Amino acid sequence: MTTKSPLAIEATGLVKSFGETRAVDGVDLAVPRGSVYGMLGPNGAGKTTTIRMLATLIRPDAGSARVLGHDIVEESDAVRGAVSLTGQLASVDEDLTGRENLILIGRLLGLKRFDAKARATELLEAFGLAEAESRLVKNYSGGMRRRLDIAASIVVTPELMFLDEPTTGLDPRSRNQVWGIIRALVAGGTTILLCTQYLEEADQLADGIAVIDHGRMIAEGTPSQLKASVGSGALKVRLLDPAQRLQAEQVLASELGTITLEPDPAALSAACSDPDRAAEAIVELTRSGVRIANFSLGQPSLDEVFLALTGHPAEEVSSEDLDPSEEEQSV
Amino acid sequence: MSAMRTTKPAPPSGADEAAVRKAIASTSRPPRANALSTALTFGWRGMLKVKHVPEQLLDVTITPVMFVLMFTYLFGGAIAGSTGAYRDYILPGILVMSVLFTTVYSGVALNTDLTKGVVDRFRSLPIWKPSPLVGSLLGDTVRYVIAGTVIIMVGVILGYRPPAGVPGAVAALCLVVIFAFGLSWVFTTLGLLLRSPNAVMNAGFMGIFPVTFLSNVFVRPETLPPVLETFVNVNPISILATASRGLMEGNARAGDIGIVLAVAAALTLVFAPVTTRLYRRG
Repeated sequence: MTTKSPLAIEATGLVKSFGETRAVDGVDLAVPRGSVYGMLGPNGAGKTTTIRMLATLIRPDAGSARVLGHDIVEESDAVRGAVSLTGQLASVDEDLTGRENLILIGRLLGLKRFDAKARATELLEAFGLAEAESRLVKNYSGGMRRRLDIAASIVVTPELMFLDEPTTGLDPRSRNQVWGIIRALVAGGTTILLCTQYLEEADQLADGIAVIDHGRMIAEGTPSQLKASVGSGALKVRLLDPAQRLQAEQVLASELGTITLEPDPAALSAACSDPDRAAEAIVELTRSGVRIANFSLGQPSLDEVFLALTGHPAEEVSSEDLDPSEEEQSV
Repeated sequence: MSAMRTTKPAPPSGADEAAVRKAIASTSRPPRANALSTALTFGWRGMLKVKHVPEQLLDVTITPVMFVLMFTYLFGGAIAGSTGAYRDYILPGILVMSVLFTTVYSGVALNTDLTKGVVDRFRSLPIWKPSPLVGSLLGDTVRYVIAGTVIIMVGVILGYRPPAGVPGAVAALCLVVIFAFGLSWVFTTLGLLLRSPNAVMNAGFMGIFPVTFLSNVFVRPETLPPVLETFVNVNPISILATASRGLMEGNARAGDIGIVLAVAAALTLVFAPVTTRLYRRG
């Protein structure tokens, strides 16, 4: 019984505790079909636990959720039939080759032997893994492992995909590759729930973002709404001569306002989100004789978002992102 | 002065995004795989691991050879008066012991598997719930068969000739493997309850070691103190050893075989659901 709700995920009041810790403490979600929804928060905020509940790996202690119209507790089997999970620990078998991994998943999902092999070939080509197909996954780089992981998630195209921190621990180049793949998935119409610690990632990929802290949602909106509520990014300037910092501070303060002096004695930053005003400020600096080594207009970091939203910086809670088997012991 | 103009190409993505888009456009979902097919697929996964790391077969090949040689030549003279007589008595027993010891590794392997992220993917697939477990135990059955075959081969090399011939030896091997399949559910349960592979190994051998030695695998029960003799006679492992000996000698009692099969079935009926529940619980 699939009621064609326009929402892919509707969750109300999800709660999950591990021993004393309330990992998820009343999360509501409404994720439209065909969108990318980002859950942004530090380690231990409850993102992974939320995903594990929605993917039917663990049962919520309280609250309820429907995924693609199916109740995650009562109709968990129907949920499993329509979603796929790319977990935080790479959800591929390290002791098999890349090709064997994809054939394994294909066979388990009901593809005939021949079809499973053909699909594996197609995906290995598409994900740039054809050359590495017969190497054991334990010898893959982090980026290759992630790509294989995502490929395994679309052996049979899911209606909804859970992506748990797909780029954590990847170098910038691999991160760009994974982002490119995610964009391609979105263009193909897959709904994605994306967990991330990086505002930039959520900003680049997501249509809607929920900011999670200590198991609760503390803010929600589109990336631009969120950034607007946070206030701004910052114009970061590094000077050739640290002795000119005081002078630079005065110029920037009169142009832009709040100044932060960086630990680097030649660097300072000013709160600013408007590129035009930033450009003017830079011109003013040069006119006044301050010599600039480099400058950038950056987005607020996760820390700045948290500082603005909660008054405290993002802190890691150690309960959630431990070895998940630890988690199971306490269920 | 004319400025140079370069258009920066998009960074190589490693993936072909057009191909990715095409790959996910094929949305047809095949009918769900049935229970047998998913279990066999997991069995295939076990076989692939053996193929990639054949060294892991050492414990089911070298150890049994050591046991046969050690018991035959070290204790044979002392226990049965001659190495030949003891060899004929003990070979079916060693077969039982080696294969049953191997079942502990099923629990160890499952515990190791749980620390890996791939288990989350298996749990999130729309498949018959116990299939990862049943599949890996089916894969392990191959290991049991290898261990058993090695024992019998070594016995034959040392001069053992099963009176019931090849059919008797094969029947005994089958019976031992069926019992081992039932017993391995006990260790998979242990594998899900304990925290580390080492703990499973220790606890497993702490259990299987005394139970195997307190049977008629090594000595005739008549030589034991009465209390011990009573225990040894009702120990299912004694009955399994007696039945295997019987099958190899061609004088097995149907009752013994029946008890062995019943115990294997009971172990499976009790511990398979427990294991499955623990595995799903996550």
